[in-house]
Amino acid sequence: MHIPDGYLGPYTYIAFWIIMIPIWYYTGKKLNTELKSRQVPLLALSAAFSFVIMMFNVPIPGGSTGHAVGGAIIGIVLGPWAGVISISVALVLQALMFGDGGITAIAANCFNMGVVMPFVGYYIYKLISGNSEITSSKRVIASAIAGWTSLTFASFCTGVEFGIQPILHHTASRTPLYMPYPLSVTVPAMVTEHALGFSILEALITALIFAYIQRTDTSILYGETSEAQKNKMKKAVTA
Amino acid sequence: MEKIIRDLSIGLLVLIIFAPLGLLAVGETFGEWGPEEVKEKLGFVPPGLEELSDIWSAPMPDYAFAGGSESMTMSSVAYILSAVVGVVVCGGLMYFIGKKAAKN
Repeated sequence: MHIPDGYLGPYTYIAFWIIMIPIWYYTGKKLNTELKSRQVPLLALSAAFSFVIMMFNVPIPGGSTGHAVGGAIIGIVLGPWAGVISISVALVLQALMFGDGGITAIAANCFNMGVVMPFVGYYIYKLISGNSEITSSKRVIASAIAGWTSLTFASFCTGVEFGIQPILHHTASRTPLYMPYPLSVTVPAMVTEHALGFSILEALITALIFAYIQRTDTSILYGETSEAQKNKMKKAVTA
Repeated sequence: MEKIIRDLSIGLLVLIIFAPLGLLAVGETFGEWGPEEVKEKLGFVPPGLEELSDIWSAPMPDYAFAGGSESMTMSSVAYILSAVVGVVVCGGLMYFIGKKAAKN
């Protein structure tokens, strides 16, 4: 999923820088208004967790390897905007220091894994959870489906970005300049190996961490308030 | 809250120690081939791909010591070290950013 340098031509990678710079800027503003200081240690852990989980390459039948990202669970626990910054930081370090993902492709990779995943993950989780009890098992299932969908959709986006390269960039004799394979190859290849492999791992990790938080302290979940805060609000209303 | 931070930190530590398991997965990743692998597949390297592919030389390419020995022990040490660097830099930077952003 980490697109290296040379696979996306300038139209695509520049377009993603143009898309991502305002997103990063807006993310910063958003965190200024909604981040609480008690969430800060968790935010630091989430970026570290995402970095390490991406190093866990797993093989799938067919000879391919890949990994989970942790994008959905970060989106569910800390909110999608926190997910954008956490995963972006991990991806930038992976590209600069370890050559995992290209320098030119940083913005595209941050879009696929850092924006698509926490947002798709968070909203799928919210949609399926509905008004169910915060401790209900329905929410564990919702988080698993959110994990699966987030990585599968991110792989679809990556497949599309790859597949449009031969259309955008080729020589007069139709020799591709960058990613040589067309959409009919890249989309099925990316989506299949994720949907049947890595996304299942993402679903398991998402559900496991979610179930753990459910049993420990649900007040840390994005958009939920603690009992103490609820009582305070009740008092404010009755006063 | 403190319990969650403690438990998750322990979980992260375990992940770092077992990170070299990620080295056991051998195989290729779609769309992440080096120029030589592309040549094997297609018989040629797309010119733009070849030109851009070495635009950046990372200090520890593929989470390994640059030019280091390829023994499993050295690879594992480099992999764990990479994970530690990742955790310290990402965690530290996010802690700093978070502290600056959070007001209440």
